[in-house]
Parts: sequence; C-alpha cells; structure tokens
Amino acid sequence: MLCQECQKRPATVMVRRTVNNKTTRVHLCEYCAREKGELNFMDSFAGPEFSLHKLFASLLDSDAEVKQLKLDPTAGLLKCPQCGLTYNEFKGSGRLGCASCYKTYRQQLEPLLGRLHGRIEHCGKVPQRAGRSLRLKQELGELKEALNRAVEREEFEKAAVLRDKIRDMEKTIDV
Amino acid sequence: MSWEEILQRPSSRWTLGEGPQREVVISSRVRLARNIAEHTFPNRAGEGELERICAKVEAAVGRLSRAKEFHFLPLAKLTPIDRQVLVEKHLTSPAHIAEPRQRAVVLREDEGVSLLVNEEDHLRIQTLFPGLQLEEAYGLAGKVDDDLEGELTYAFDETYGYLTCCPTNTGTGLRASIMVHLPGLVMLNRANKIFSTLSQLGLVTRGLYGEGTEALGYMFQISNQITLGRTEGELIGNLQTIIVQVIEQELQARRQLYQEMGDRLVDKVFRAYGILSNARLLTSKEAINLILTLRLGLNLNLLPELEYGVLGELLVLCQPGFLQKVAGEKQSTQERDAKRAALIRERLREVRA
Repeated sequence: MLCQECQKRPATVMVRRTVNNKTTRVHLCEYCAREKGELNFMDSFAGPEFSLHKLFASLLDSDAEVKQLKLDPTAGLLKCPQCGLTYNEFKGSGRLGCASCYKTYRQQLEPLLGRLHGRIEHCGKVPQRAGRSLRLKQELGELKEALNRAVEREEFEKAAVLRDKIRDMEKTIDV
Repeated sequence: MSWEEILQRPSSRWTLGEGPQREVVISSRVRLARNIAEHTFPNRAGEGELERICAKVEAAVGRLSRAKEFHFLPLAKLTPIDRQVLVEKHLTSPAHIAEPRQRAVVLREDEGVSLLVNEEDHLRIQTLFPGLQLEEAYGLAGKVDDDLEGELTYAFDETYGYLTCCPTNTGTGLRASIMVHLPGLVMLNRANKIFSTLSQLGLVTRGLYGEGTEALGYMFQISNQITLGRTEGELIGNLQTIIVQVIEQELQARRQLYQEMGDRLVDKVFRAYGILSNARLLTSKEAINLILTLRLGLNLNLLPELEYGVLGELLVLCQPGFLQKVAGEKQSTQERDAKRAALIRERLREVRA
C-alpha cells in the first residue's frame, strides 16, 4: 500500500483520528506522517490558521461586547479623537492606533485585557519620567503601610517620623 | 567594526554556545515594547511622524552605555539581502523588514542588543544571550530601557502600564523567550502534552522563527503570553522555573531514547555528520535538521571534535540571506544549495583539521 499523502513511498504508519465521535483512518509513510504530525501540532499553537487578530475579533465579539453594546449602543460608532481609529478598525486588526485609544476604548478594552492577562492593573516597572507621580504615590502607599505597622507595634517615635514624611510628600504631590 | 562586517560573520554572541543548559537551550531573548508619548503608533503614523520617531531614537542611542558600539541602520538604506540577514540572525523580525521605509534597526556590535524602530511599536528593545540566561537578558534590556528614558518620554498609563499597539503586550511590554531543542520529547511523542501544559501555565510555544512558522528540526521558542498585572521579575521567574523542568524532562527523554534506540540513534547522528561533511547540495531545511541532529550527538558525547559554537555558526551560515550576503550576489535556489553545502563542508573540515 502506498502512502495516501505522497503516493510515492510505502505506507508504514496508520493515523487514526477521532473528531466528534467520527473516526477516520489514513495510511501514511513515515516522512509524511512526521510532516503532518508537525503541522497538525503546530496548527494548534501557531500554525498559519492561528492568528492573534482573529482571536481578538472573537474575544471582542463575545458576550462582553454584546453586553457592552446593549448598555451603550453607540460603542460601535466610537472613534479615537487623537488618531481617528474606529471601533470596527480596532476590532478588525486587534491593534490600537495611539495612547489615547486606551481612553477611547477603555470600556471595550478592560474585558479584553482581563481575558488576555487575567488582571487589568499594571504592577511592574514604572518609568522615571512618565511615571513620576505614580512612583511617588507608590512610595506614599508604602510609607503609610509602614506607619500602620509602627503604630500597631507601638513604635511611636518611628511613627512620628513616618507621619512627618508622609505630610511632606502629600504637600508636594497634592493628592 | 563596520555593520557590514557584523552582517557577514556567521558567529555572534548567541551562537557561541557557551551559556548554561546549552544542551537544550540555544538562546534566551528578552524584548521590551515601548512607545514614545504624544506620537501615533507606527500603524497609523504618517511618514513625517515616523521620521521624527527615528530621529528621536537615534538621538537617544547616544545615551547608552558603550554608545560607540551601536550602529543605527535605516532599513531603507540596506539591500533586501542585508535586511534578510538581520532577520536570520534574530536581530529583527520579518514584520519589521516588510516595509523598510522610515524603519531602522540599532545594533550593538556583539549582537547582544538590538533596537527595532517603528516595528509594531515605536521601539522594541531586544537582548539576546546564549543558553539559559533570562535574568541576565532582562537585566541588560532594563538597563538599556533606563538609559534611553534619559532622552525619551514613554507612553505610560498608571493603570495599564506601558501602552502598546497590541493589547497582548500592554503592561510590562515584556516578552521573554527561549529557543529550545527538544528532539527527545518530540521523538517520544511527549512534546504535545508538554506544550499543552505550558499553554495552561500562560506560556506559548512556536516554531523556529516566531509566529506562524513551522517547526524545524524540533526547535521551538517558548515565551510568556501574559504581560499585564505581574512584575517583570515574576514573569521572568515563572518562565525560568518552568523551563528548568522542561530541560529536565528533555534530558530524561534523551537518556530513554538512547537506551531504547541504541545504535539506531548513534547511526542517525553519524549519518547526519556524513551528509553534512560530503553533500554537494543541501536545502536549508535539510541542513538545519542535520545540524540539530549533530547537536543531539554532541550531548551524547558522540562527536568529541565538534563544539556547540561551531553548530551555532552553521545554523546562521546555512540561511538563504546569509549565503547570498557571503556570495555577494542574488542566487538561485540551486546555487544557494550548492554554496550552503560547500560552506558547511569547509567549516567541518577546518574543525577536523
């Protein structure tokens, strides 16, 4: 029996596949079986059919979007004031056009980010320049925690120092 | 060193094969996606804006430590072959060279750092290390990021972190990936199961040259999928922990394979060596598969005269763009197959001598 794929080499491998309770059998040579095996296996991860864009479209089209559109039927008409990206363009490409898109499409993005990453709040590196106020806020939060711990342990001298630091800082960043 | 010389040499930092866990891990890569505040992302920016972004990045490169070792290469000024070599050496991506105008690559001479200007994001900082060195790769990328920030203001949001063109990169903008060679797991049919476990752990497995490519010679790239809501340290640490287990599984599979196959496995390795040392025509796919078979042989101590570094070089040397770069002209497929076989024969003869 010849390989059903290449019709050249003798078939040495039988591939049995069951999909939805339907079983198909294919007789292949070792070479084609390996090729096919590789392809099938890669398909499920990053083969030609796998595309992030399609994944997005399906995520955006899912219940989150339906709910969104019910709440706000104008969502489909949204357009970024900065770069002009429309909702449909975003949905089609899965790509945003500028930093302002994150504000324009906040309501659509949050469920998407949640699905992609499991969480929607950044907790990693903060840039020196753009993130200056966030850095201060983070630092302030840490100081407040330290103050609470000091108070709990009745370390009042330390607490007083921390309290003054916090007051100074709050003056500078105007929280 | 001129950039021409960099593109013409087959060896670079990541091919040296000196890193830890090199039997399984070929290289570790970290990529940080960054955009410059107040500018439209490259996909919607006009020519003038893209030019200005190139100029801003070029100015910022002067801030880097060892700034003299960096070369700013506008892609439009390179030949198509040069651009292809950049991809083959993993210094940029296929998507980046697709539209060369107003795009640039910044290279450090040792090829350990490259900056991709106006790819999907304004800036992608990439570091590449041999073997399993994720922490080192992140350390260097973070340092380059800090230095560039002295000149550039990034698009950053207090809630979402670094803002990227694609929501899959939002947050840290960090994609860490390792290139692994897993013949043992594939041959014992265990790879599928491991990859599906990895995907449950938030990791993605891809073929040799990233998204949408077919696996060659059982070489895979494993990287983190999640970029938001975890610190860079957590993302790197998670990948590292899991990779260490994959390596263990692979080495165990190789031992089992060796026990089960014995002479048949040894025969495969020496046949590969025979073909590479003598063949007159080699396609790149065949060459890569054979070179990786030798890599397995090296791990089984079958080929004392060879080194991982030589095989790393051969992997770059057998790529179509690189061959044409060395030949100095555009070549037909058959001319390339002949040139490839000749270069590999020559390099292996040098090693034996």
